[in-house]
Amino acid sequence: MVQLTDVTKYYGRKRALGPVSFEIDRGDTVGFLGLNGVGKTTLLRILACGLRPSSGIVTIDGLDVLRDPHEVRKRVGYLPELPPVYGDMPVSDYLTFVGLLKGMSREQVARRVPEVEEYARISEVRDMPTRTLSQGYRQRVGVAQAIIHEPDLLILDEPTHDLDPVQIMEMRGMIRALKDRHTILISSHILPEISETCDRLLILNDGKIVASGSEAELSERLMMSRRMAVTVRAGGGAAQAPEAVIAAVEGVTRVERASAAGRGDGDGADAGPATYRVEGAADLRATVCRALVEAGHDVIALNRAERELERVFVGLVGGAKS
Amino acid sequence: MNLRATGIIFRRELQTYVRSPMGYIVAAVVLLLDGVFFYATALGPEAGERLSGLVLAGFFYNASGLTAVAAVALSIRLIAEERQTGTQLLLDTSPVRDWEIVLGKFLSALAFLSAITVATLYIPLLILVNGKIAVGHILIGYLGLVLLGSAVLSIGVFATSLTRHQLVAAAIAAVITGVMFLFWELSQIVGAPLSRVFAAFAIHGRHFAGFLSGLLHLRDVAYYMAVTYFFLFAATKVMEAKRWE
Repeated sequence: MVQLTDVTKYYGRKRALGPVSFEIDRGDTVGFLGLNGVGKTTLLRILACGLRPSSGIVTIDGLDVLRDPHEVRKRVGYLPELPPVYGDMPVSDYLTFVGLLKGMSREQVARRVPEVEEYARISEVRDMPTRTLSQGYRQRVGVAQAIIHEPDLLILDEPTHDLDPVQIMEMRGMIRALKDRHTILISSHILPEISETCDRLLILNDGKIVASGSEAELSERLMMSRRMAVTVRAGGGAAQAPEAVIAAVEGVTRVERASAAGRGDGDGADAGPATYRVEGAADLRATVCRALVEAGHDVIALNRAERELERVFVGLVGGAKS
Repeated sequence: MNLRATGIIFRRELQTYVRSPMGYIVAAVVLLLDGVFFYATALGPEAGERLSGLVLAGFFYNASGLTAVAAVALSIRLIAEERQTGTQLLLDTSPVRDWEIVLGKFLSALAFLSAITVATLYIPLLILVNGKIAVGHILIGYLGLVLLGSAVLSIGVFATSLTRHQLVAAAIAAVITGVMFLFWELSQIVGAPLSRVFAAFAIHGRHFAGFLSGLLHLRDVAYYMAVTYFFLFAATKVMEAKRWE
């Protein structure tokens, strides 16, 4: 669906992007992750045919963006960081305008506008000028304009920019619902936003792709170890403390107590639950759980460390920065 | 040539003039000043007696200046505002050609300016009722106003394509238009052959004189159309260059 070969972009002498090369298959949802200013927007604008690469080849659906920009633009829906809405236009008029601009017939637009309004949950503001809408509604109108012509490729640049937590959750839901119908590219500097909606991540730093793969692949490949958090209530008759039981499991390289809650200090019997961070060479969740139960302890919770991928991300981009 | 996208952009821009206060402000100021100038020069105590044809020519002369100013005011937002608000990205990433954008925007401004101009028709009709003038004189005078407005609008469209700041666009359009107005004055004070060059390029003066007196010269029509074409072409080239930036 999308193919980039040695693509670069220079602003004067300053290199903003590249060289980057990658392929994206039809139906994939891919996240571009990176700190601000690493070239995400530049890359997405090149793919949306709004920016000419300085060198390299970009094809979308087999069409070269420089040779057939007109045809490529018909196949792409693009939501920039700030939704490109005309403040004086009511929502419905705006979506009609965009549909016609994208090459749809009046009949197609008349059928499609109510559909996207319903999908983006903006039907109740359809007659309101876009300048009177909240940021959340504007962002939804932005998504609606990007999908109105049912593009093969949907490009969303920071789709949760400036949204509150509830709006962010709603936006994630909208993106998940679009995954069946479009190939989707999303950019963000916020890891959870990307990792929760995308099948594959491309991490950018200094205009280059420094890592790519699924969340699990990236963690495995780049961390060389797996982390988990285990919350244990120490059993009264247990011979060994939970920490010692975990440390004795084969493959565990490190155990660190993270927190304790309850009456005691967590080491002895009748103490409240305590959480331990465990690092190992592989996924040791099942083994650790079994060992603790066999030793007479209660396992309250067992999770992969929540911020595992974040560590990868910070290691890749933050480390390079510092 | 498919003008579908031009039509879509034309309608949107025309709606913007109707929806925004700016369109009404420009229309109100132009109509008010046209009326005030007409009263002062034709009806007021200082007016004196004159031939109807001269009164009509005086009206078209005053209206031409106001039309030029209105054309600059109406055109400066056309592209600069899109860049300022980020909506240019929508146009840039849509399957629309740059000339279609430029033409749609230009035609919408021309339609609105023409509507303002036609709204002054009551003034020539007053002269027609109270004096003796040819209908052809009125029609030719209005054709001149629309052609002059078209030329200045195209200068404005070119200026607004250069920048994202409407004030900068206004300054560029005002300077280009002002210089082209001044060409006629310059042609009066310099010797030949430079005087002929200045007169040929002047946006007012020789090229507008025929319209004032009801004389239609193909040369003058061709001049205004050529100026319009030149600046719209230049604006399209600027848009093409900036679209991929």
